[in-house]
Amino acid sequence: MAAVVKALLIALACGLLFGVGLCVSGMTDPANIGAFLDVSGKWSPNLAGVMLGAIAVHASWLHFAARREPADEKRLLPGNGKRIDGALLGGAALFGVGWGVSGYCPGPAIVALGSGALGAVVFVAAMAVGILLCEGTRWTTKRSGKPSAPLR
Amino acid sequence: MFLAIFGGALIGLSASLYWSLNGRVAGISGILSGVLLNHGQERWLKLLFLLGLFAAGMVFVRFGDRVAAPTLPLLPLALAGLLVGFGTRLSGGCTSGHGVCGLSRLSVRSLVAVPTFMVAAAITVFVVRHVLKLWLPS
Repeated sequence: MAAVVKALLIALACGLLFGVGLCVSGMTDPANIGAFLDVSGKWSPNLAGVMLGAIAVHASWLHFAARREPADEKRLLPGNGKRIDGALLGGAALFGVGWGVSGYCPGPAIVALGSGALGAVVFVAAMAVGILLCEGTRWTTKRSGKPSAPLR
Repeated sequence: MFLAIFGGALIGLSASLYWSLNGRVAGISGILSGVLLNHGQERWLKLLFLLGLFAAGMVFVRFGDRVAAPTLPLLPLALAGLLVGFGTRLSGGCTSGHGVCGLSRLSVRSLVAVPTFMVAAAITVFVVRHVLKLWLPS
Protein backbone atom coordinates (compact mmCIF):
# COMPACT_ATOMS: atom_id res chain seq x y z
CA MET A 1 0.00 0.00 0.00
CA ALA A 2 2.83 2.36 0.89
CA ALA A 3 4.34 1.76 -2.55
CA VAL A 4 1.13 2.90 -4.19
CA VAL A 5 0.98 6.07 -2.09
CA LYS A 6 4.59 6.79 -2.97
CA ALA A 7 3.91 6.29 -6.67
CA LEU A 8 0.89 8.59 -6.48
CA LEU A 9 2.93 11.31 -4.76
CA ILE A 10 5.69 10.93 -7.37
CA ALA A 11 3.08 11.32 -10.13
CA LEU A 12 1.74 14.49 -8.49
CA ALA A 13 5.24 15.94 -8.01
CA CYS A 14 6.32 15.09 -11.55
CA GLY A 15 3.12 16.63 -12.94
CA LEU A 16 3.75 19.78 -10.95
CA LEU A 17 7.38 19.99 -12.11
CA PHE A 18 6.31 19.37 -15.70
CA GLY A 19 3.70 22.12 -15.40
CA VAL A 20 6.17 24.57 -13.87
CA GLY A 21 8.54 23.80 -16.75
CA LEU A 22 5.79 24.53 -19.29
CA CYS A 23 4.92 27.83 -17.58
CA VAL A 24 8.54 28.96 -17.16
CA SER A 25 9.31 28.15 -20.79
CA GLY A 26 6.32 30.19 -22.00
CA MET A 27 4.71 27.25 -23.79
CA THR A 28 1.46 27.92 -21.96
CA ASP A 29 0.96 31.06 -24.03
CA PRO A 30 -0.51 30.09 -27.44
CA ALA A 31 1.01 33.28 -28.90
CA ASN A 32 4.48 31.79 -28.36
CA ILE A 33 3.49 28.60 -30.18
CA GLY A 34 2.07 30.63 -33.05
CA ALA A 35 5.28 32.67 -33.23
CA PHE A 36 7.31 29.47 -33.65
CA LEU A 37 4.97 27.82 -36.14
CA ASP A 38 4.52 30.94 -38.27
CA VAL A 39 7.62 30.64 -40.40
CA SER A 40 6.58 33.51 -42.63
CA GLY A 41 5.90 35.95 -39.82
CA LYS A 42 8.09 37.24 -37.00
CA TRP A 43 9.65 33.86 -36.26
CA SER A 44 10.61 32.96 -32.71
CA PRO A 45 12.92 30.00 -31.98
CA ASN A 46 11.71 29.62 -28.36
CA LEU A 47 9.87 26.32 -28.83
CA ALA A 48 13.01 24.79 -30.31
CA GLY A 49 14.86 25.94 -27.18
CA VAL A 50 12.30 24.22 -24.96
CA MET A 51 12.57 20.98 -26.90
CA LEU A 52 16.35 21.20 -26.87
CA GLY A 53 16.51 21.76 -23.10
CA ALA A 54 14.05 18.94 -22.41
CA ILE A 55 15.67 16.43 -24.76
CA ALA A 56 19.20 17.27 -23.58
CA VAL A 57 18.26 16.49 -19.97
CA HIS A 58 16.06 13.47 -20.67
CA ALA A 59 18.34 11.84 -23.26
CA SER A 60 21.41 12.17 -20.99
CA TRP A 61 19.41 10.81 -18.07
CA LEU A 62 18.31 7.78 -20.10
CA HIS A 63 21.84 7.28 -21.35
CA PHE A 64 23.38 7.21 -17.88
CA ALA A 65 20.52 5.19 -16.40
CA ALA A 66 21.02 2.53 -19.06
CA ARG A 67 24.74 2.46 -18.30
CA ARG A 68 24.24 2.08 -14.59
CA GLU A 69 21.56 -0.54 -14.98
CA PRO A 70 22.09 -2.44 -18.26
CA ALA A 71 18.83 -4.34 -17.78
CA ASP A 72 17.10 -1.01 -18.29
CA GLU A 73 18.36 -0.68 -21.81
CA LYS A 74 15.56 -2.87 -23.07
CA ARG A 75 13.07 -0.40 -21.70
CA LEU A 76 14.57 2.41 -23.75
CA LEU A 77 12.40 1.38 -26.64
CA PRO A 78 8.81 0.99 -25.48
CA GLY A 79 6.54 -1.78 -26.67
CA ASN A 80 4.83 0.18 -29.41
CA GLY A 81 7.69 -0.84 -31.68
CA LYS A 82 8.80 0.63 -34.95
CA ARG A 83 5.70 0.42 -37.06
CA ILE A 84 5.28 3.40 -39.36
CA ASP A 85 1.73 3.33 -40.66
CA GLY A 86 -1.19 5.48 -41.68
CA ALA A 87 -2.35 5.81 -38.09
CA LEU A 88 0.98 7.30 -37.05
CA LEU A 89 1.23 9.68 -40.00
CA GLY A 90 -2.45 10.60 -40.20
CA GLY A 91 -2.77 10.99 -36.44
CA ALA A 92 0.30 13.21 -36.24
CA ALA A 93 -0.99 15.34 -39.15
CA LEU A 94 -4.43 15.77 -37.53
CA PHE A 95 -2.78 16.69 -34.25
CA GLY A 96 -0.61 19.23 -36.09
CA VAL A 97 -3.66 20.91 -37.62
CA GLY A 98 -5.39 21.21 -34.23
CA TRP A 99 -2.19 22.46 -32.62
CA GLY A 100 -1.67 25.02 -35.38
CA VAL A 101 -5.23 26.34 -35.12
CA SER A 102 -5.25 26.68 -31.34
CA GLY A 103 -1.64 26.91 -30.17
CA TYR A 104 -2.44 24.25 -27.57
CA CYS A 105 -1.04 20.75 -27.29
CA PRO A 106 -2.26 18.48 -24.47
CA GLY A 107 0.19 19.60 -21.72
CA PRO A 108 -0.32 23.36 -21.95
CA ALA A 109 -4.07 22.78 -22.34
CA ILE A 110 -4.26 21.03 -18.95
CA VAL A 111 -2.13 23.79 -17.40
CA ALA A 112 -4.45 26.41 -18.93
CA LEU A 113 -7.35 24.56 -17.31
CA GLY A 114 -5.82 25.63 -13.99
CA SER A 115 -6.40 29.25 -15.01
CA GLY A 116 -10.12 28.54 -15.08
CA ALA A 117 -10.58 30.07 -18.55
CA LEU A 118 -13.73 28.86 -20.31
CA GLY A 119 -11.80 28.34 -23.55
CA ALA A 120 -9.44 25.93 -21.81
CA VAL A 121 -12.36 23.94 -20.39
CA VAL A 122 -13.92 23.68 -23.85
CA PHE A 123 -10.59 22.68 -25.42
CA VAL A 124 -9.82 19.95 -22.87
CA ALA A 125 -13.37 18.59 -23.03
CA ALA A 126 -13.12 18.44 -26.84
CA MET A 127 -9.75 16.72 -26.52
CA ALA A 128 -11.31 14.07 -24.28
CA VAL A 129 -14.10 13.54 -26.81
CA GLY A 130 -11.48 13.18 -29.56
CA ILE A 131 -9.62 10.52 -27.58
CA LEU A 132 -12.82 8.58 -26.92
CA LEU A 133 -13.90 8.90 -30.58
CA CYS A 134 -10.57 7.48 -31.69
CA GLU A 135 -10.83 4.67 -29.20
CA GLY A 136 -14.41 3.99 -30.31
CA THR A 137 -13.36 3.48 -33.90
CA ARG A 138 -11.13 0.54 -32.99
CA TRP A 139 -12.86 -1.41 -30.30
CA THR A 140 -11.49 -4.66 -31.67
CA THR A 141 -7.85 -3.83 -30.99
CA LYS A 142 -8.51 -3.22 -27.26
CA ARG A 143 -5.34 -1.22 -26.88
CA SER A 144 -6.38 0.21 -23.55
CA GLY A 145 -6.79 -3.26 -22.13
CA LYS A 146 -3.10 -4.07 -22.23
CA PRO A 147 -1.48 -4.56 -18.83
CA SER A 148 0.57 -1.62 -17.64
CA ALA A 149 4.19 -1.81 -16.58
CA PRO A 150 4.70 -2.69 -12.92
CA LEU A 151 5.54 0.12 -10.54
CA ARG A 152 9.18 0.34 -9.67
CA MET B 1 15.46 32.16 -24.82
CA PHE B 2 17.19 31.33 -21.52
CA LEU B 3 13.82 30.79 -19.84
CA ALA B 4 12.73 28.57 -22.75
CA ILE B 5 15.75 26.29 -22.36
CA PHE B 6 15.54 26.33 -18.55
CA GLY B 7 11.82 25.50 -18.62
CA GLY B 8 12.56 22.77 -21.12
CA ALA B 9 15.20 21.34 -18.79
CA LEU B 10 12.60 21.19 -15.98
CA ILE B 11 10.28 19.29 -18.33
CA GLY B 12 13.13 16.89 -19.16
CA LEU B 13 13.85 16.42 -15.45
CA SER B 14 10.19 15.66 -14.77
CA ALA B 15 10.08 13.09 -17.58
CA SER B 16 13.31 11.54 -16.25
CA LEU B 17 12.12 11.26 -12.65
CA TYR B 18 8.75 9.88 -13.73
CA TRP B 19 10.47 7.26 -15.86
CA SER B 20 13.05 6.28 -13.26
CA LEU B 21 10.82 6.35 -10.18
CA ASN B 22 7.47 5.22 -11.59
CA GLY B 23 8.62 3.42 -14.74
CA ARG B 24 6.31 5.39 -16.98
CA VAL B 25 6.58 7.71 -19.95
CA ALA B 26 5.54 11.30 -19.29
CA GLY B 27 3.45 11.78 -22.42
CA ILE B 28 0.53 14.03 -21.59
CA SER B 29 -1.85 12.76 -24.29
CA GLY B 30 -1.20 9.20 -23.08
CA ILE B 31 -1.75 10.24 -19.48
CA LEU B 32 -5.02 11.97 -20.36
CA SER B 33 -6.11 8.87 -22.32
CA GLY B 34 -5.28 6.77 -19.25
CA VAL B 35 -7.52 8.90 -17.06
CA LEU B 36 -10.36 8.27 -19.51
CA LEU B 37 -9.70 4.61 -20.36
CA ASN B 38 -7.77 2.96 -17.51
CA HIS B 39 -9.19 1.74 -14.22
CA GLY B 40 -8.22 1.62 -10.59
CA GLN B 41 -4.71 2.48 -9.50
CA GLU B 42 -3.48 3.27 -13.03
CA ARG B 43 -6.21 5.85 -13.48
CA TRP B 44 -5.39 7.50 -10.13
CA LEU B 45 -1.71 7.66 -11.01
CA LYS B 46 -2.50 9.51 -14.22
CA LEU B 47 -5.09 11.72 -12.59
CA LEU B 48 -2.54 12.91 -10.03
CA PHE B 49 -0.01 13.75 -12.76
CA LEU B 50 -2.66 15.88 -14.47
CA LEU B 51 -3.56 17.43 -11.11
CA GLY B 52 0.09 18.53 -10.82
CA LEU B 53 -0.11 20.20 -14.25
CA PHE B 54 -3.39 21.82 -13.27
CA ALA B 55 -1.92 23.10 -9.97
CA ALA B 56 1.03 24.65 -11.83
CA GLY B 57 -1.48 26.54 -13.98
CA MET B 58 -3.41 27.70 -10.92
CA VAL B 59 -0.25 29.10 -9.34
CA PHE B 60 1.31 30.64 -12.46
CA VAL B 61 -1.86 32.37 -13.62
CA ARG B 62 -1.48 34.61 -10.53
CA PHE B 63 2.03 35.65 -11.47
CA GLY B 64 2.59 37.49 -14.71
CA ASP B 65 1.15 36.57 -18.06
CA ARG B 66 2.78 33.23 -18.79
CA VAL B 67 -0.47 31.30 -18.68
CA ALA B 68 -2.61 33.09 -21.25
CA ALA B 69 -6.29 32.45 -21.75
CA PRO B 70 -7.24 31.32 -25.26
CA THR B 71 -8.17 34.23 -27.51
CA LEU B 72 -9.86 32.06 -30.09
CA PRO B 73 -13.66 31.81 -30.39
CA LEU B 74 -15.05 28.70 -28.71
CA LEU B 75 -16.10 26.85 -31.89
CA PRO B 76 -12.67 26.69 -33.56
CA LEU B 77 -11.20 25.98 -30.14
CA ALA B 78 -13.49 22.97 -29.73
CA LEU B 79 -12.73 21.70 -33.24
CA ALA B 80 -9.00 22.06 -32.60
CA GLY B 81 -9.34 20.19 -29.30
CA LEU B 82 -11.18 17.39 -31.06
CA LEU B 83 -8.37 17.08 -33.65
CA VAL B 84 -5.66 17.19 -30.97
CA GLY B 85 -7.37 14.47 -28.91
CA PHE B 86 -8.16 12.23 -31.89
CA GLY B 87 -4.80 12.76 -33.61
CA THR B 88 -2.60 12.21 -30.56
CA ARG B 89 -4.52 9.07 -29.65
CA LEU B 90 -4.24 7.71 -33.18
CA SER B 91 -0.52 8.43 -33.48
CA GLY B 92 0.22 7.47 -29.88
CA GLY B 93 1.76 10.68 -28.60
CA CYS B 94 1.97 14.45 -28.59
CA THR B 95 4.67 17.08 -28.12
CA SER B 96 5.73 15.46 -24.85
CA GLY B 97 5.29 11.76 -25.61
CA HIS B 98 6.71 11.77 -29.14
CA GLY B 99 8.59 15.07 -28.93
CA VAL B 100 10.41 14.97 -25.60
CA CYS B 101 10.31 11.32 -24.50
CA GLY B 102 10.31 9.64 -27.93
CA LEU B 103 13.08 11.72 -29.48
CA SER B 104 15.18 11.33 -26.32
CA ARG B 105 15.09 7.55 -26.73
CA LEU B 106 15.45 7.77 -30.52
CA SER B 107 12.13 6.03 -31.16
CA VAL B 108 11.68 5.53 -34.89
CA ARG B 109 7.97 6.27 -34.64
CA SER B 110 8.65 9.55 -32.87
CA LEU B 111 11.32 10.52 -35.39
CA VAL B 112 8.57 10.25 -38.01
CA ALA B 113 5.71 11.70 -35.95
CA VAL B 114 7.44 14.89 -34.77
CA PRO B 115 8.36 16.31 -38.21
CA THR B 116 4.89 15.28 -39.42
CA PHE B 117 2.98 17.24 -36.79
CA MET B 118 5.43 20.16 -36.92
CA VAL B 119 5.02 20.55 -40.68
CA ALA B 120 1.24 20.06 -40.49
CA ALA B 121 1.05 22.72 -37.77
CA ALA B 122 3.25 25.18 -39.67
CA ILE B 123 1.15 24.75 -42.84
CA THR B 124 -2.02 25.22 -40.78
CA VAL B 125 -0.74 28.44 -39.20
CA PHE B 126 0.31 29.73 -42.62
CA VAL B 127 -3.10 28.99 -44.13
CA VAL B 128 -5.07 30.36 -41.19
CA ARG B 129 -3.05 33.55 -40.82
CA HIS B 130 -1.85 34.43 -44.29
CA VAL B 131 -4.25 32.79 -46.74
CA LEU B 132 -7.58 32.83 -44.94
CA LYS B 133 -6.52 35.77 -42.71
CA LEU B 134 -8.86 34.42 -40.05
CA TRP B 135 -7.10 35.60 -36.93
CA LEU B 136 -4.11 37.83 -36.72
CA PRO B 137 -0.93 36.91 -34.88
CA SER B 138 -1.04 38.27 -31.37
